[in-house]
Order: sequence, then structure tokens, then C-alpha cells
Amino acid sequence: MREVAIIGIGQTPVGEHWGSSLRMLAADAVRAALADSGLKNVDAVYVGNAYGAALSSQSQLAPMIVDYAGLGNIEAFSIEAGDAAGGAALRAGYLAVASGAVESALVVGVEKSTDMVGSARVRARSVSLDADYEAVHGATLTALAAMLMRRYMHEFGVPLEAFEGFSINAHANAKANENAMYRNTLKPGAFAKAGMVSDPVSLFDGAPDGDGAAAVILTDAARAGDMVPQPVRIVGSAVASDTLALQDRSDPLYLKAANLSAYKAYVQAGVQPQDVSLFELHDAFTVISALTLEATGFATRGEGWKLAQSGALALKGTLPIATFGGLKARGNPAGATGVYQAVEACLQLRGQAGANQVANARVALIQNLGGLASTAVTHILTV
Amino acid sequence: MLPRKSVETPNEQFTFAGTGSIYSFTTLQEIPEGYEEQAPYMLALVKLDEGPLLTAQITDLDEQAVQIGDRVEMVTRKLTTEGPTGVIVYGYKFRKILPRS
Repeated sequence: MREVAIIGIGQTPVGEHWGSSLRMLAADAVRAALADSGLKNVDAVYVGNAYGAALSSQSQLAPMIVDYAGLGNIEAFSIEAGDAAGGAALRAGYLAVASGAVESALVVGVEKSTDMVGSARVRARSVSLDADYEAVHGATLTALAAMLMRRYMHEFGVPLEAFEGFSINAHANAKANENAMYRNTLKPGAFAKAGMVSDPVSLFDGAPDGDGAAAVILTDAARAGDMVPQPVRIVGSAVASDTLALQDRSDPLYLKAANLSAYKAYVQAGVQPQDVSLFELHDAFTVISALTLEATGFATRGEGWKLAQSGALALKGTLPIATFGGLKARGNPAGATGVYQAVEACLQLRGQAGANQVANARVALIQNLGGLASTAVTHILTV
Repeated sequence: MLPRKSVETPNEQFTFAGTGSIYSFTTLQEIPEGYEEQAPYMLALVKLDEGPLLTAQITDLDEQAVQIGDRVEMVTRKLTTEGPTGVIVYGYKFRKILPRS
């Protein structure tokens, strides 16, 4: 297997793009990534998307996007892995280039969530749950996360207000990110006043749905240095899966797939958790941030929430997370999330993160989850 | 519950007593289409006495409070209707077991 490098990145703001269709958003990100790489063409395109069929009545996104972006009759197909689709598409692109099957691959994650509103959107997004054992009972991803959060608080004696540190940090980091959906400051005490979506998950706790597209261009790392000044190497790439339904896990409070994919990636990259300069984790809900930190080697069981009390997760802390706002404040573009994480990690490693720059960023860990980590995709990037 | 066995092993039928206790719960304010008429409703993970967890609504609550550990029993209820002229989907929900007076 060859080493793979990212040589181009592009993203649109995450938000309510009522003036742009799915293909327009995707093409904006594709053009930006191509311009950044200096390439005019690629050999293959892999599209990450979770809900195109349910939200936009559209499948076969890849030929639509490739045609609209004017990339010709190249290899192109989409990858569905729930909210981990973007990360899974990055994995597909990585494998294609690493194997030598293609010289260059473009990975684009795209989601168009806000054309559908209210109960229709809630139902559409519930297609990533277990239809027979969860969704038929009126379950939603938010409700399942809420039940995890309540059980976590019960088992480990965690107060509700302990979780707000994750959201305060995310909003602080989104402030300078012009692509973020919510750039307002959250103040301590906000959780106590927030409206409940599915108790104990409040409005300030779950990440907001947003439209958006992000893209990266991959090629053989051996030639990347001749093509762009700052290629970013992918030194770890791993996927693991877990039961689709939360109820089928022997220990629901342990994100096994998050653990397995992270450690496969650590081993491949030859790094330890303490070597990580920044971590773009899948903070769709604050309890998922806590559980992720426990599964990936940064906290022991039941202690992940404590990292949010100390400043450790801030840009100047020992383990910066959600450095551009994360899902909570940059916004949650569902199946595009994993590609946004890659773009943001590249900005950090290239030293182009502006006010969000993590000092001496050398190793970036990114992890994208589908459902409550039924799919977990981890990549480790470095310069 | 899906049995965790190799694909070669045929599934066995097993009958549960239908009783358990609440492992966790939440009340949904954002409801998926098809479930609006029940809103807001309480969803729970129920730990069956035989061991497995089950996702189901808690019904017949009236004003009763619910806590982790509360004893519940299975009942058959309407889950949803597939559109105004569609099939009614029946399934299991759980209700609290009240202390005998």
C-alpha cells in the first residue's frame, strides 16, 4: 500500500442554504478543492451522503455531482454510512489511492437537510436507526442519545451542568470560523435555561442540522510534495462497526467501534493518544463527546466529562477538540461531517487556521460516527 | 432482540415474561412524522428480567413520574398509522407495574 496525502481542500459554510441545491453545494466544495490542489481533473470521485434519498428524493448523487462539476465520465459513486458517510467516503478514497487503483481521488461530503422541516425531517433522519426495533417505536437519534446521557449521569454521578463545557468550548471556537452555523457565545449557566429537546438533551446540547459540502483531494504521498507546498499525509485510516440498535450492546455506555477504529488507526500511524495535537471528534451530543474521549484513550470510564471542566479541550489546552466549532457550533452537516473534519484538520496542520490555530499542530485525529457509533471512522493526519 | 450467533445457527424461539425495569428514559419534544398524535411521549430502554434491553414507549402514565429502576410490564398498543388510510401498526409498549393496594 502506498502512503496517501491530501493535496486540496474546500468547504462551503454550514447553514440554511435555501438558495442552493445539493448539486450546487457539492460543486462549490469540489471547485474549491480542485483550485486549492492546482489539479483540473481527478481519476475518481467518492461522495459521502447520509440522507439524500430521504431528504431530497435523490440517490445516485455521484454522477449528478460529477456531471454538474464538469469532471467527465470518471469513476464515481456514493457511500452511505449514516452520519459517518463523509468519513467512510474518505476511507474509500484512501483505499483507492493507497492500492494504486487510482492516482488521484476527490472525496466530497454533502448534505441538504433544511429543505425539509419539522416532523418530516425528524422522520427522514431516523432512517439511520434500526427500523424494526427503534424507529418503529418513535425513537430518534436524539432520544437514544438522551437515554445514554441519563444513564451516564446515573451510573457515574454526573450533574447536568457538567456537560455544558463541551458546548461552551465549541461555540467559543466557532466565533472566528466564517463557515460555522452558530458563532454566538454560550455562557456558563446556559444549560439550566435551555429548552429540552429530549430530556436531558437540550437545545444547547445537541448539534444543529445544517446544509453543507466539503471536499478533499487525495494522491500518492510520494508525488504530493512536487504538486503542492504543504501536503498532509494520512498515516492512519480505520473503520469499525457495532450493533445498529443501541439495545443490542452488552454495555451501551461503551462506544466499542469508536475504540476499535481509533486504536487500529493509532497502531497504523505509530502514535499514542498523548501524541495527538488536536481531535476533531463527533460531538453530535455532549454525552457522545464524553464517551468518545473515554473510548479513544483520553479518559477512563466515567471520567470523560471531567475534561470539559478544566480547559483541557480549549485551543490552548492539552487536547483541543472541535477547533472550528465542531458539530455543535460549526453545525452538523450529517453525511458531510467527516469531510469537514478532514478539511479543518488540514487547515490546522498547514498552519492556516487563523484565530483558531492550535500551536505546533503536528498530529490531527479525526473521528466520524454513524448513529451512536454503529459505524466509526477514524483517520490520523500529519505533516 | 437479535440473537448474537453465527449465521449458520437457526434462531430459537424464546418467550419472555414481559416484565422488566427501566434502564433509561426520555420524553421526546421533536417527534417524527407518524407519531405526532402521541406527542409528547416517553421512550425507554427496558431491561427485561431475562437480561436483554428493549426500546419501547412507556404508556398509560397519566401524571406518574418515572425513575431509572421502575418496574414495568409489556402491553400491546398501536404504534403508528401508515398515513390516513394506511395500515395500523401494533406493537409492544410498557407500563409501570403499580403496587397492589
